[in-house]
Amino acid sequence: MTQKQRATQPSSKTLPKAPTGIQGLDEITGGGLPAGRPTLVSGGAGSGKTLFGVEFLVRGATEYDEPGVFMSFEETIPDLTQNAASLGFDLDRLVAEKRLFLDHVHISRSEIAESGEYDLDGLFIRIADAVQRVGARRIVLDTIEALFGEMPNPGILRAEIRRLFDWLKQKGLTTVITAERDRPDKLTRHGIEEFVSDCVIVLDHRIREEISTRRLRVVKYRGSTHGTNEYPFLIDEHGISVLPISSLGLDHAASAARVSTGIDRLDGMMGAKGFYRGSSILLSGTSGTGKTSVAAHFVDAACRRGERCLYFAFEESPRQVIRNMRSIGIDLEPWVRKGLLQFHAARPTYGGIEEVLLVTHKHISSFQPSIVVVDPITNLLMVSTLNEVRSMLTRLVDFLKTQGITAIFTSLTAASGSLEASEADVSSLMDTWLLLKAIEVGGERNRALYVLKSRGMEHSNQIREFVLTNDGLRLLDVYLGPEGVLTGSARVSQEGREKAVVTFRRQEQETRRRELERKRQIFEARMVMLRAEFEVEEETIKQTISESELLGEEMLQDRGQMVRSREADTSAYKKDGGAPAARKR
Amino acid sequence: MPKTKTKTRARTRKPRPGKPEFWNLRLYVAGQTPKSIRAFANLEVLCERHLKGRYRIEVIDLLEHPEMARGDQIVAVPTLVRDLPGPVRKIIGDLSNTERTLIGLALQPVV
Repeated sequence: MTQKQRATQPSSKTLPKAPTGIQGLDEITGGGLPAGRPTLVSGGAGSGKTLFGVEFLVRGATEYDEPGVFMSFEETIPDLTQNAASLGFDLDRLVAEKRLFLDHVHISRSEIAESGEYDLDGLFIRIADAVQRVGARRIVLDTIEALFGEMPNPGILRAEIRRLFDWLKQKGLTTVITAERDRPDKLTRHGIEEFVSDCVIVLDHRIREEISTRRLRVVKYRGSTHGTNEYPFLIDEHGISVLPISSLGLDHAASAARVSTGIDRLDGMMGAKGFYRGSSILLSGTSGTGKTSVAAHFVDAACRRGERCLYFAFEESPRQVIRNMRSIGIDLEPWVRKGLLQFHAARPTYGGIEEVLLVTHKHISSFQPSIVVVDPITNLLMVSTLNEVRSMLTRLVDFLKTQGITAIFTSLTAASGSLEASEADVSSLMDTWLLLKAIEVGGERNRALYVLKSRGMEHSNQIREFVLTNDGLRLLDVYLGPEGVLTGSARVSQEGREKAVVTFRRQEQETRRRELERKRQIFEARMVMLRAEFEVEEETIKQTISESELLGEEMLQDRGQMVRSREADTSAYKKDGGAPAARKR
Repeated sequence: MPKTKTKTRARTRKPRPGKPEFWNLRLYVAGQTPKSIRAFANLEVLCERHLKGRYRIEVIDLLEHPEMARGDQIVAVPTLVRDLPGPVRKIIGDLSNTERTLIGLALQPVV
């Protein structure tokens, strides 16, 4: 819708093509319808042929600067204008701007008789006049076969219609001829496909299991490659959108940038950085394991970074999601009000799988988010077969990857059966797969998660228990017991046991420390006692010494007196009188 | 319009009192093709025989007035439109089959 280019392609070797501007169709046809040639659009009643034609002209006039003429052989102009308005096209304005010319060819069989030869020059002149009035490059004949019902002599009519197609081709008008298909073995009621050899598109509207799907197929495109599959398409207030079943190639860029999961410790489990930007993440688990909560964390974190998020809720209403997430401390409402977060809630049963896909596409294209959440994809199985869901998801994943959008898909696993096997069908599409599970041990259920795979990054192999608190989801420490990871009460009791061991050790240390102290006190007390004893002894000894000294002197004195009294030589006794006595001791 | 090729041949005569019905006929053609010349000739003969004095033929060449094709919902040429007396009837072709033309115009042949 954004690109504006002329109808003719720059490359002269390839067939020039006129882009239809119809979402997705130009992709299938490799650029549009053959320019300057007729294209047959065939389909049953109510298959959208007229709207196809209208959109082809409106887009041509508004986006590619190619005015158009609509020759209606069935609907009146007011009816046509009104029907086009339901697709958001204002035909009156385009007519007033001379970019579109509407002509209603009405013939009533009751008032017509035939007499002799005739030709369709009247129609030719009308068309030529209309084309000239707006300078048309495109024209739609809807449905020219109606003439067979109104005009006599089908032989002449066939020849004239053939001449008309040749004439339109000569004039270089890109023409869409619609035709009613009432039998599966024939493209048109009167076999006019013989005259249109360039391009044939078949529209189909079928009902299966009470759900209607519209499909489009390019049956033939002379001189050009084209997708040959049946492509689902949708008609809504923005016109027709066709979706290629499989994208053309796996050539999307792979970003090395990472985005946080919004849960610190979960980031930690994936190389401390989180998911790759633009990757697809599968969150699977049985009911009540917290899939939406994990997704909500991711959304909340993205909105905090100022990124836009688109949330497809296939099970809960937006209000319900917001309320429930508030209970774990995530308030999404401000993001909705700021326009960063958009919810789209609908039961897939509303319109079938193709419609879901197309609606998803449309919202993504118009909102341009960087994060998309689909919650849950399992609800899609309600409306379709596994095969179709898988093909739809493949297309969605491819589309998201080419847009570089990070996507989270939640998937509900049935309580019975293997957790991993049931998801095998979609898991191969996903880059990262987080498995949430309930672990039942000791009469209680606890939540645990692990990273089952994560392409292109290191990731933890641990099964981690988590709890949903008022503050959000919290991953807990890993406690391994003899039977694996301990959760819930078992974890609590293990935590208790570990605490007890620590306490015991601390007490033991305390006791030892006290023992030491006691010993030191005993030791010190003994020291004091010993010193006291020593002091007593010392005192005694000192007394003894002084007593004996005293005694020695007295003896010397006594001896001196005796010498003096005997009048002998006194020098020897005076000099070292005490020494012999001290040596004796 | 530079040259008006439109042949508006009015052969109006006063309608007779007993038969007030006046026929207003328009013949749409696309140029002077053999078919259109034939159609006009056939029509004139027929009118002279059955509607003498109470008819008017207007020949409209759509090449000159293409927009007029829309007004009368003309697809095929030649187309003869009986405007009056109502209801509107159309006959396509060169009018070579007189019987069918008379039936188409709901004209009672005058004996």
